[in-house]
Amino acid sequence: MKPPPFDYHAPRDLGEALAVLAEVGAHGKVLAGGQSLIPLMNMRLAAPEHLVDINRVAALDTVDAGRDGVRVGALARHAAVERSEAAVRVQPLLRTALRLVAHPVIRNRGTVVGSLVHADPSAELPAVLTLLGGTVRLARHGGAQRDVAAGRFFTGPLESALQPGELAVSAFFPALPPRTGTAFHEVARRHGDYAVAGAAALVTLDDDLRIAGARAVFVSAGPVPVLLDLTEVCERRPAASVDWPAVERAVRERLDPDADIHATAEYRRHLSGVLAARALRTAAAVAAGDPGRSGEERDG
Amino acid sequence: MAEARHAISLTVNGVVHEVRVPARRLLSDCLRHDLGLTGTHVGCEHGVCGCCTVLLDGEPARSCLTFAVTADGHEITTVEGLAGPDGTPSPVQRAFGECHALQCGFCTPGFLCTVTALLRDTPAPTDDEVLEGISGNLCRCTGYQNIVKAVHRAAELTAEEGAP
Repeated sequence: MKPPPFDYHAPRDLGEALAVLAEVGAHGKVLAGGQSLIPLMNMRLAAPEHLVDINRVAALDTVDAGRDGVRVGALARHAAVERSEAAVRVQPLLRTALRLVAHPVIRNRGTVVGSLVHADPSAELPAVLTLLGGTVRLARHGGAQRDVAAGRFFTGPLESALQPGELAVSAFFPALPPRTGTAFHEVARRHGDYAVAGAAALVTLDDDLRIAGARAVFVSAGPVPVLLDLTEVCERRPAASVDWPAVERAVRERLDPDADIHATAEYRRHLSGVLAARALRTAAAVAAGDPGRSGEERDG
Repeated sequence: MAEARHAISLTVNGVVHEVRVPARRLLSDCLRHDLGLTGTHVGCEHGVCGCCTVLLDGEPARSCLTFAVTADGHEITTVEGLAGPDGTPSPVQRAFGECHALQCGFCTPGFLCTVTALLRDTPAPTDDEVLEGISGNLCRCTGYQNIVKAVHRAAELTAEEGAP
């Protein structure tokens, strides 16, 4: 199908973009990569009156990797972040997760910040931002910028804390603490599809390589990315002697996913437990410096 | 009220085209209906099938998930632009023919554009790199085996003939 008509705005710089967004308010929608928005418009599930195309705002096309983390501008494509060696050195989970996002051709156009604002609870990047405790920076015309923590940014399925008139100008993915590893495991019906279930994990080891911190975040498990702290159930043991079935049980007990045509809630709970244990073990191996484990894996 | 039209300039296969389109005109429809370049096929119109893949500033992109107005001022290569100036099919096109990598041909323009960029970036891909590279393109006829063979064959042909 074809998208419904809309008024088109093509600002050349950030100031102009914010001014237009202020003017159109709740009737406006930002177009960056368009890989989620345009399908919704083609299927007439979305019909914004005004589209503010930020593709000409070159100042937003940035990937800045510093010691503290990676700041990704609103126009940075998935592919650009995926290819950035500097970004991978500071925050390896970005590349791991991006390789699970759709297909390479979609990633050439889609943007990281766009995926965050789209706020799909099945998507990888909102989960990554949640796991890492990142932030989204929002700007508005004539007002101060505000940074919103991931935990407060995702408010429901396809809903975020972004207010009418605001533009998400960048997102910040914090760097990893020392002796910390990450991993992302998911199961999808077809390569590149949204995951039926998936877990990203972050594990920090102490000086004796015992698990000092273990968190996991789940996709397709609730209205927003679901973050669980599993440190206690890992009992500060080395990964090899953790009671992994107990970890899987803890995950199953604490998740309440929905059923749909792809999977029952029970199957999603089961998969989430299995994938969390796998991701935590992989993350622990990465944290221990096992060069054979890259942290990135597609299951099934 | 008539829908507003926007004057845009697209460089398609090296030729500059000035057209006036409504903002909602998809790049795929602009290429096919406004410019008459019907080699770009439209399958699903929501980014799944890959038939409409073109090269936008050299990178494969879904033309059905791009508005023509966004592409204003940019360079586009469609399947019609892959052959040499004298009409000689490109190595990728020849390899698809040689290896029987197409049957009905509907998906082929998208595959050709995708693979052209894949081999430019990865001149000697592994099987896994080929599968990942074409994972966003659906073919309902071939079962993909001959497409994968054709990608490897195209890599050989390109290497033999030297990079264009």
